[in-house]
Amino acid sequence: MIRLDLRGKSFGATAILGPLSLAVAPGEVLGIEGPSGAGKSTLLRILAGVDTRFDGDLHPAGRSAMVFQSPTLMPWRRVIDNVTLPTGATGAEARGWLARVGLAGMEQHWPGQLSLGQARRVGLARAFAARPEVLILDEPFVSLDQERVEDLLDLTAALIAETRPAVILASHSEAELARLTTRRARLEGRPARLLSR
Amino acid sequence: MLGLARPAAPPAPALTAPPPASGAGPLRPVLSVLALIGVWAAGAALLDDPLRAPGPAQVLPALWEGLASGRMWADLGATLGRVAAAFVLAMGLGTALGIGLGLSRRANDWLDPWLTVWNNIPALVLIVLCYLWIGLNETAAIAAVALNKVPLVAVILREGVQARDPALAEMARAFRMAPLARLRHILLPQLVPHLLAAARAGVSLIWKIVLVVEFLGRSNGIGFRIHLNFQMFDITGVLANALAFVAVMLAVEWLVLAPLARRATGWRAAA
Repeated sequence: MIRLDLRGKSFGATAILGPLSLAVAPGEVLGIEGPSGAGKSTLLRILAGVDTRFDGDLHPAGRSAMVFQSPTLMPWRRVIDNVTLPTGATGAEARGWLARVGLAGMEQHWPGQLSLGQARRVGLARAFAARPEVLILDEPFVSLDQERVEDLLDLTAALIAETRPAVILASHSEAELARLTTRRARLEGRPARLLSR
Repeated sequence: MLGLARPAAPPAPALTAPPPASGAGPLRPVLSVLALIGVWAAGAALLDDPLRAPGPAQVLPALWEGLASGRMWADLGATLGRVAAAFVLAMGLGTALGIGLGLSRRANDWLDPWLTVWNNIPALVLIVLCYLWIGLNETAAIAAVALNKVPLVAVILREGVQARDPALAEMARAFRMAPLARLRHILLPQLVPHLLAAARAGVSLIWKIVLVVEFLGRSNGIGFRIHLNFQMFDITGVLANALAFVAVMLAVEWLVLAPLARRATGWRAAA
């Protein structure tokens, strides 16, 4: 269970997020939609504990993990180390997760040798290797072609069903939101508020 | 004179030397060095004044004689030892300072003017002050050289820290990576090109200053030997000693720094 009671978030004099509250239980997937620049990424960064400069209270559930808009791998570490080092997973566990996302045999590659789709899969393996109780997905499938998105959506849905973290997903894509979420909310306005739908 | 001029902080560090133009290929540097010796020999022959403008015909035998007698090896060893000690000290202190300034905006705001002042104190002033304060000893000699080099390293490393990828820092925070793991796997790998640039700029600066330090206040080493040559008006000796040490430093660059650079950036080559 993760719970956020936000009174406000500003960058300098500009209020980005207004008062809003949300709570997500284990196994639930909250989809957050809204126009570009509405503050989705800002909200997710607060939920992930990356941005702590906000007015309000965050009650995180413990272990959390995030999948980013760009894969954000360490280019100077091999694929397997990109899974073990941030998460504390063992080599065997990391190999298992890499096999689950379809990258068996690529453990010793460098991130620069991967396609964007493969790099996103490493990002997914890394997130699940952390055994998260809270999983933050910030547009995890952008700029992939449709076929690859379908594969990754199926995979992500299966992994979420298996491990049952509390998930918050930001996305523009109706297909992604429809496929993954159990409940949806819309971020709108300036400062932005969260409207359930 | 004597390499006292300070090089400005180098621009964005190059990761590798530009690839050699096709043609002569790997032979080109060798041919280039031979051509340089040829130009030197031709110039010396033209001037025809072996005392003031000795050519390779005078300097190379002097070099050989110094090496054969063993005296030059002792001087090279003493100088190289000082270079190594000052290098390790300056890289350590400069890297720590540079990372600190790069990470803390407040520290940087306060200390940046100090660094500018420090960077602009002439090398000779620091050397003389160290000898006066600490005494004419080894500690003062190495401290003087290291102090000359710390601000340069700090400036280069600070730039590296400030240019780091913020997305990776966020990833590390999102996954709650421990501070030491962040330093080792996120920050330091991004600083490798800057560390190498600082090391290269540093080695050449340091060895030039070490010679001055030896010239002024030590009783062994290449700089001391050049001091003796200077008093004897022995230009051949000056050139022979200088040549020997240039050769040693080129060997350090080719055998230590260049392979290190290739190894540390291996992940780039694979991609």
